[in-house]
Amino acid sequence: MIKYWLLISVLAISLAGLSPIQADSASIENYIRDLAQPETQRQALEQIRGLADPAFKPILVALKDGALYRWNDRFFILDESGNLHDLEGTALLDTSGQPFIPEEGLEQVQVEEANFSLLHQALDLMGLFDPDPGGRRSAALKLGNLEDRSVGPWLEKAIAQERDPTVKGIMLESLNKLRLLDPDPVIRLSAVEFFGHHRSEAALGLFNRILMNEPDPQVKKAIEQTIGEIQTFIQIRNGIGYLFNGLSLASILLIMSLGLAITFGLMGIINMAHGEMLMLGSYTAYVVQELFYALFPPYQDYYFFLALPLSFLVVGLVGLLLEGGLLRFLYGRPLESLLVTWGIGMVLQQGARLYFGDQTSVNPPTWFRGGWEVLPGLVLPTSRIFIIALSLLSLLLIYLLLYRSRTGLKVRAVMQNREMASCMGISTRRVDGLTFALGTALAGLAGCALSLIGTVDPEVGKTYIVDSFMVVVLGGVGKLSGTVLASFGIGMGNKILEPAIGGTAAAVYAKVVILALVVLFLQLKPTGLFPAKERVSEIMGR
Amino acid sequence: MPDPKETKMRMNRGIPMGKIVGGGIAMALFALLLTLGYTQFAQAEKDNTPIKVGILHSLSGTMAISETPLKEVILMAIEEINQAGGVLGRKVEPIIEDPASNWDLFAEKSKKLLLQDKVPAVFGCWTSVSRKSVLPVFEANNGLLFYPVQYEGEECSKNVIYTGATINQQATPAIDYLISPDGGSKKRFYYIGTDYVYPRTTAKIVKLYLTKEKGVKESDYVEEFTPFHHQDYQTIVGKIKSFCAQGNAAVINTINGDSNVPFFKELANQGVTADRCPVVSFSFAEVELQTLDVKPLVGHLASWNYFMSLKTPQNIKWVKAYKEWCKKRGIPDKQCVTDDPMMHAYVHVKLWAKAVEKAKSTDVDRVLKALEGLEVDTPIGKYKVDEKNHHTWKPVYIGKIREDGQFDIVWKTNSWVAPEPWSQLTYPGRACDWSAGGKGTFDMMDGKRIWLAEKK
Repeated sequence: MIKYWLLISVLAISLAGLSPIQADSASIENYIRDLAQPETQRQALEQIRGLADPAFKPILVALKDGALYRWNDRFFILDESGNLHDLEGTALLDTSGQPFIPEEGLEQVQVEEANFSLLHQALDLMGLFDPDPGGRRSAALKLGNLEDRSVGPWLEKAIAQERDPTVKGIMLESLNKLRLLDPDPVIRLSAVEFFGHHRSEAALGLFNRILMNEPDPQVKKAIEQTIGEIQTFIQIRNGIGYLFNGLSLASILLIMSLGLAITFGLMGIINMAHGEMLMLGSYTAYVVQELFYALFPPYQDYYFFLALPLSFLVVGLVGLLLEGGLLRFLYGRPLESLLVTWGIGMVLQQGARLYFGDQTSVNPPTWFRGGWEVLPGLVLPTSRIFIIALSLLSLLLIYLLLYRSRTGLKVRAVMQNREMASCMGISTRRVDGLTFALGTALAGLAGCALSLIGTVDPEVGKTYIVDSFMVVVLGGVGKLSGTVLASFGIGMGNKILEPAIGGTAAAVYAKVVILALVVLFLQLKPTGLFPAKERVSEIMGR
Repeated sequence: MPDPKETKMRMNRGIPMGKIVGGGIAMALFALLLTLGYTQFAQAEKDNTPIKVGILHSLSGTMAISETPLKEVILMAIEEINQAGGVLGRKVEPIIEDPASNWDLFAEKSKKLLLQDKVPAVFGCWTSVSRKSVLPVFEANNGLLFYPVQYEGEECSKNVIYTGATINQQATPAIDYLISPDGGSKKRFYYIGTDYVYPRTTAKIVKLYLTKEKGVKESDYVEEFTPFHHQDYQTIVGKIKSFCAQGNAAVINTINGDSNVPFFKELANQGVTADRCPVVSFSFAEVELQTLDVKPLVGHLASWNYFMSLKTPQNIKWVKAYKEWCKKRGIPDKQCVTDDPMMHAYVHVKLWAKAVEKAKSTDVDRVLKALEGLEVDTPIGKYKVDEKNHHTWKPVYIGKIREDGQFDIVWKTNSWVAPEPWSQLTYPGRACDWSAGGKGTFDMMDGKRIWLAEKK
């Protein structure tokens, strides 16, 4: 207790001596002189801590790292490249203008063992007034975690000056964490109310620790109640989070499978290179990005607007070539086309590896970084929201194209009865080619979109191809509505099971359970959710 | 440059004059000897034929990105040695085999190197599974493998020199840092890794270290594993975010390979920042960092025995030499970075050469004897092979990722850290000794050594 009062009085004194003017270099020099004397070091550190002026930061960091030196009664800092420079940053040079390290009289300024923690605290406090908001944020977080109540006054001062709302929020959070430890029950109560009001889980661990020793029944009750409230909130928030995660995964599955639903579902071609079409889409995005970086650096963020349609077109073209050059000779022979497309997939993979190498990455445009904070602690990433929107838009357009337009009518006619359609004057060759191209183009689009959240590498297709087939098979080959429902079911199921299973490998087990469920379902209903009664099923030999 | 054909030509030209006096007869003899078999000839004329050494790194397939640069620095080291006059007055000739990231092929190629090419040393392997795959080959044929990558330990073969970090030379120092005031006095840890032997073993040791030695409560430690190539980290990052919101938390990351990209993208997108929740990674270094979008990673940490940004005179010199090597080999500057396994791979060659000189022979047993306690100068300063256990002593650094894909070094151990192939946390009393009379791994029981090899 005595120690505590002593601390407060020291604080009061140092704060009283706290002047609003920033220290200039002359006064800094004076402080360093005191720092360099073992007898006055502690006092100097306390004064510097009181000022909490970021101007002292380089000196304290140098002192901490053993890079502060005295030579000829002047002070120098040893920088990273091994040169000495003085406090204004001018390098110490010899007569010929070369960096100079004196061999004699150079002495290192040592930190007294007992002063280490004070030095650390002074540095942390300085961080609160750092010109960089990131620095202020880090300092506030750290001070809140350290649970040292003596730093309260500095936090209050920093809060009063703070303009950035996020940083201010974190500072308030840290201050209230310290207030939870205050001897005054009224202050403790207000801190509890603060966390309750902001539904912040930041103090949850602290609550549980102080609850046992809380002497004041009123505060104790408030803490218990707040813990309950926050936990309920967290459950609701996590629930919303899981739903969003499920929706996001469903949209990813949907955008991946839409193309496959057309080439496999509608046309009956088992295209094992579908994953590689997705990869080509990702690489198109990469190439466009690199071009923008090289040619229009100021507009580099806008590469995405070009990459998106271009990946659709480029991969569609590849699909057109693939169909026209190879697959059309294999219609009605699913096993052959399976093997051939598998081979094409491998060729494309190795080609990408040889041409692009493995050292590629797509940087999402800056507006796709971060997300939208809907509730405290729940951020919905912008890129995922974008993918949800894009997959819904693609779905809508495909629906309109296939079921509400003349072209779609022709496509469906050809797929249902080729000879009859041909007799009616439809060019089945053209329809086949364009339909397949559309399917692959959608894979390209998916590849471009998924590069926002995932990797771009030659094997990226592999990770998606199995899931896509699963969705299409489960949905019922040949039906768009089946694909939609299947991706929704698998996505949601996966993301709700994952937290429900828990444990150290929840992600794997959730997938295993989903796979088992799909297999079980297909045992009962081999044709999927929405079986098609079309020519496709004849081709597939069912 | 090190096209084997070209090197051999140069070697032939280098045959001392005395040997080719009497031109025609010598030529005839030479031809005769060639027909008798080049290997016999090589053994008979030991003094001037090149010493062949094997390089066994994947140059294609998934591991190519990490392993190809190792081949480059090994070739660079060999060239440096040859320019300085070779080993025992003989040139060193590399034989490059590409096991194509295929674990079975590793065993096949190592058989070829040991039995057909009869190399006295092989520099190779990256993943633990590839090492395990070649281990029986090296042990059955008494070969010598230099292994450059940090790994999970629990192995100590007579025929392998392990230069990468053991867990106590990478993971536990990183935890020491996170717990220290400099590292933010962390008290709660979330461990995430890819589901295979290295992250699992590391997790076992990390957990014991945290709970038994550092007083971290079991409830303040969470671990989670995902399969290779896992892409969807939404749920896990959500959990990490919630874990970190309660303060004093850090993430220990042993995710391998491409999954790091979606993991870090998700962290950044959900607003998990390095100041609230620093992630310290053990499985990616500068080379892998070039493949990632670095922006979401800035401020996060990695723990290694070497960083390219180290400002030691030896390292500055080495990086410069490698940059020149890249220019010569047509490697783009952007990909011309050095990292921890590369440093170790380079040091391998130097270690082996020095040991051969010391042993005055390339015989594996004599070289192994010479390697005991051997010191060499490296980009991280002095570096030492342990007297007994075939692992090496080295310092540990913690680096913070910068915008340019390099690291700011924020912490280092005061001195060399001794290697512990068997963690004392999981195997108390177990160690390894191959020095005189040693038979490898042993357990201490009642003050006596019980050799594992004799237990069966």
